[in-house]
Amino acid sequence: MSKRNLEYDFAWCPGCGDFGVRRALQVALEKFSVEHEEPQSKNVVVAGIGCSGNMVHLVEGDQPFGIHGIHGRTLPIAFGVKMGRPDLNTVVVAGDGDFLAIGAEHIAPAANRNVDITAVIMDNGVYGLTKGQSSPTTEFGAVTPSTPHGKIESALSPLKYYMSIGVTYIASYYSSKPRQLAVIIQEAMNHRGFSIVHVQSPCTTYNDTYDLLKGKPKEGIAGLAFEIPEDHDPTSAQAAVDLLDRPGIPLGVVFRHEGQSMQDRHEGLQAQAPVRSNQEILDSYLLQV
Amino acid sequence: MDKHDFVVRFAGEGGQGLVTSADALARAAAHAGYFIQTHSTYPSQIIGGPASSQVRISTTPVLSSGDGVDVLVALNQHAYDNHFEDLNGGGVTVYNAEEYDLPEGGHYFGIKADELAKSTGNARAANMVTIGAVATLIDFDLQEIDEFIRQRFTRGRPGDDEIIIANIEAVRLGADVARTSGFTAGQLEPPVPHEGGQVILTGNAAISIGAMAAGLEFYAGYPISPATTILIWMEQNLWGEGRFVHQVSSEIEAINAIIGAGFAGKKAMTATAGPGFSLMSEGLGLAWMAEIPLVVTNVQRGGPATGLPTKSEQSDLYTCMHPAHGDIRMPVLAPGSVEECFYAGALATNWAERYQGPVILVTEFGLAERGENIKKPDLAEISTESRAQVSEGDTGKRYDSWDGTTPLPGMPVPGGPGAYVANGSEHDEIGDTTHLPRHHVRLMERRFKKLDLLDGAHYEIENADADVIIMPWGSSKGPAREAYDRLRERGEDVGWLFSVALHPLPGEVKHVLKSADKIIVPELNYLGQWSALLRQEGYRAESITQYTGLPFKPSDLVKRISERIGVGVTA
Repeated sequence: MSKRNLEYDFAWCPGCGDFGVRRALQVALEKFSVEHEEPQSKNVVVAGIGCSGNMVHLVEGDQPFGIHGIHGRTLPIAFGVKMGRPDLNTVVVAGDGDFLAIGAEHIAPAANRNVDITAVIMDNGVYGLTKGQSSPTTEFGAVTPSTPHGKIESALSPLKYYMSIGVTYIASYYSSKPRQLAVIIQEAMNHRGFSIVHVQSPCTTYNDTYDLLKGKPKEGIAGLAFEIPEDHDPTSAQAAVDLLDRPGIPLGVVFRHEGQSMQDRHEGLQAQAPVRSNQEILDSYLLQV
Repeated sequence: MDKHDFVVRFAGEGGQGLVTSADALARAAAHAGYFIQTHSTYPSQIIGGPASSQVRISTTPVLSSGDGVDVLVALNQHAYDNHFEDLNGGGVTVYNAEEYDLPEGGHYFGIKADELAKSTGNARAANMVTIGAVATLIDFDLQEIDEFIRQRFTRGRPGDDEIIIANIEAVRLGADVARTSGFTAGQLEPPVPHEGGQVILTGNAAISIGAMAAGLEFYAGYPISPATTILIWMEQNLWGEGRFVHQVSSEIEAINAIIGAGFAGKKAMTATAGPGFSLMSEGLGLAWMAEIPLVVTNVQRGGPATGLPTKSEQSDLYTCMHPAHGDIRMPVLAPGSVEECFYAGALATNWAERYQGPVILVTEFGLAERGENIKKPDLAEISTESRAQVSEGDTGKRYDSWDGTTPLPGMPVPGGPGAYVANGSEHDEIGDTTHLPRHHVRLMERRFKKLDLLDGAHYEIENADADVIIMPWGSSKGPAREAYDRLRERGEDVGWLFSVALHPLPGEVKHVLKSADKIIVPELNYLGQWSALLRQEGYRAESITQYTGLPFKPSDLVKRISERIGVGVTA
C-alpha cells in the first residue's frame, strides 16, 4: 500500500525485525529498478503466510506487483512467474516456518533448477502469528506453547542446508542494519540463479533474540552475529563450508557461484527444440492416404 | 451375414503387443474409410499382467466401446478364460496354439503366429499373422492392411522392402489359417467414404491440441496415470517464443506454478488425476479467491486414494465442483467424446481468460486413452480470447465490485499499470488484506457473478417433452447415446440431454431440466454424484450407477433404463 490503509487488517509488533527487512527490501527494489532502468511494476513480490508474508502489503512508495498466496508455496508460485515472464524481477518473502517447514520440499527443486528468484527469508525461530509455537529453527529443548516439555527435534541449520542442496547464492544477515542488508538483497537480485538472503529477524513478542545476536558490548557479552572476515572467498564452496562450521551467525555473503540459470538453460533448449505451428501439429495426426 | 459394426479384442499380457495390434487394425480400417474407436485395459505395472486392447470398426461414427466381442484373440489360457464370456453369439476366438490348446468342437481355432512369422524370415511379424486371420474372419479387405504395412515400414532405410514383403506375407499366412478353419464372424459392410480430412486422436491429445489452438503458453505437470500423456505431449510441443513447459516435483508445485504464470499474464494449464487433483485443492482455492486465470484438467481414474490408476470411473465430480474449502463452485467442462475434448481444451482456455479465474476440465481414463478418427478440426474456427487489458490512466482497481451490467474490468499484468496484490486473504480493491464485512460480501458476489460470463459449450437436446430424459455426463455419453437410440427405435418415449458444461449449465439445458418429470443419469460412480447435484438444484434426477472400473455397455443401459421406466427389458 502506498499510504496508511485504515482498513488493512494487520500490523507488526513494535520492534519487530521485519520493519528493518522492509526498509532494506524497499531500498533494494528501488535501486534495482533504477540500476536496470525498469519501472517498479516489473518487480513481483511473492509472499508466504505469517507475519513476514505481510511484507508485500507494507512495502511503501511505488508499488511492485504482489502475490500473497498460500502457506509454504512461495517458491513454486515465483517459479511460475519467473519462467512465464523472465523479464520480471521475482522476489520471495517468507518466514522460517513457511519456507523451512511446510514449504521445505520446494527449496531443493528450486536449487536444482537454479531458477532466477531471490528469496528473502525472515527467520525469527518461532511461529509468531499463531502465537509462539516452535519452528524448524527453534533451538532443541526450547519450551514453547507447542513444546511444553521442551522441543524434541533438533534445530535446522538453514545455511548448511542451502549449501548442501546447491543454492548458488547464499547470504546471511540480520534485520538491524537495513542499509547494509539492502546492498546484499540488491546483489542477490542481480545474481543469475537462485539466491537466498537468510535474515535473522527477531520476534519481540515471542522470541526476542536481539541481545543474543548483538550481545551486550558494555557488559562485555559477545553476540552470536559476526561479520564475515574480509578474506573469506565466497566463490569457494570449501571456504563457505568452513565458515558455516564456525559457531554463530555470519553476516555477509557466504557463497556465490556463477553459472547458468534456468532461463539460460531453457533458452539453450529452445534453440534446439523443433517448433511446429499448431497446424503442423494437427496435421501430423492426419490419416495418411 | 453383413454387419456394419465389429469389435475385435486382443487379450493377453502387457508387453505382448496388444495395443500395437489393435492400433494397426484400427489405422488400416480408418484408412479404408471406417470409423474406429480403440479401448485398452491394463494393470498398473510396467510389464506383464493381464491386459487387453480392442478396436471397434463401424460404417458409422463409433459412440462407445460396444457390448460384446465379435473376434477374440486370446494369447494365453488366462486371457481366454477371462474374455470368452464377452463374445457375441456367432463370435469367434483365435487362440495362441503355441501357448495352449482348447478342446475340440468350440467356436475357435488355434494359430501358431510366431512359427508362421519365422517362416517369412521376420520373427517380429507375428502380430501381422494374427491381424491377417482376424481380417479374414470379418471379411476386411487385406489390401488395406498391405497399404498400412507399406506406410508404416517405409522409413527410408535399406531394409524397408524386405520388412514390408515379410509382413505382407505374414498377413497372407494368417488369412490362410482363418480360411482353412471354416469360421467366419460375418461380413463387414463396405465403408462410406469420409468427407474431408480425418485425424486419429486420443482424448488427451485432443485436449492438448485444443488448448494450444486457444493460445496456451505455459504448462507445468507431474506424471500420473492417466494424465501423463498430456505432460509428454506438452514436453514435445509447447516450445517456441514465450512458451514454457516443465515437469515439476509435485502436483502442489504444478498448481502453484500455473498460478504464478497466470498472474504474470500467461495462458497456463496443468493436467492430473484424482490423487494429484486432491493435492491441488488449496491452490485452486487461491486461484478462485485471487481470480487467477488457469486450467486444470482432471483425467479421472478409479478412486479414492490411489484407487484404480488405469480404470474408468467418474467419481471426481464433487471434488471438481468444490475442490477446496470455503464457498467455491468451479466452472466444469466434461467432454463426452474425443472431438469434444478438442473443443473443450480450447474453450477451457478461453473461459479462464474471459472470467479471470480457474476452470476445471474433467475427463476419464477411457476417454483419455482411446483413439478415434474424427473430422480434422478447422483451427481457423477456434477463437482465442485474452483477458481484458488495463490501460494507463484507467481509474478502476483490480478488485472493484462488479454486478455484471458492465464488461468485466481488466486484469493488470506485471510491467503494466494497476499494480495490486493477488491475495488469498479477503481483500480490498487493490488486494490488501481486510476482513471487513462489506469487502467479503462484495467480492463473494463478484466471484460468483463472473460465472455468468461462461457460455458457448456444446449441448444436445432431443425429445425434450418426453416422460423420461436420459442425461449422461462426460464419457458415459457414448454408451448412453447408443442405449437411447435403441430405446427410440423400440418406440420408447425417452428424451436426450447432454451438456459439456456441467457448471454453469446453459440456460436451455436448465429449462429442459426444470420441466422434466424424470431425469435418468447413467454415471460411473457409487454415489450418483451428478444426479445428486441436479437434485440439489431442484431437478428430478436419479442415477444409474456402475463402479466396476469399466465403461458402461449400451445393452446393460438399455436393460437398466427399461427397468426404471417400467417397460420390457429386451436389449
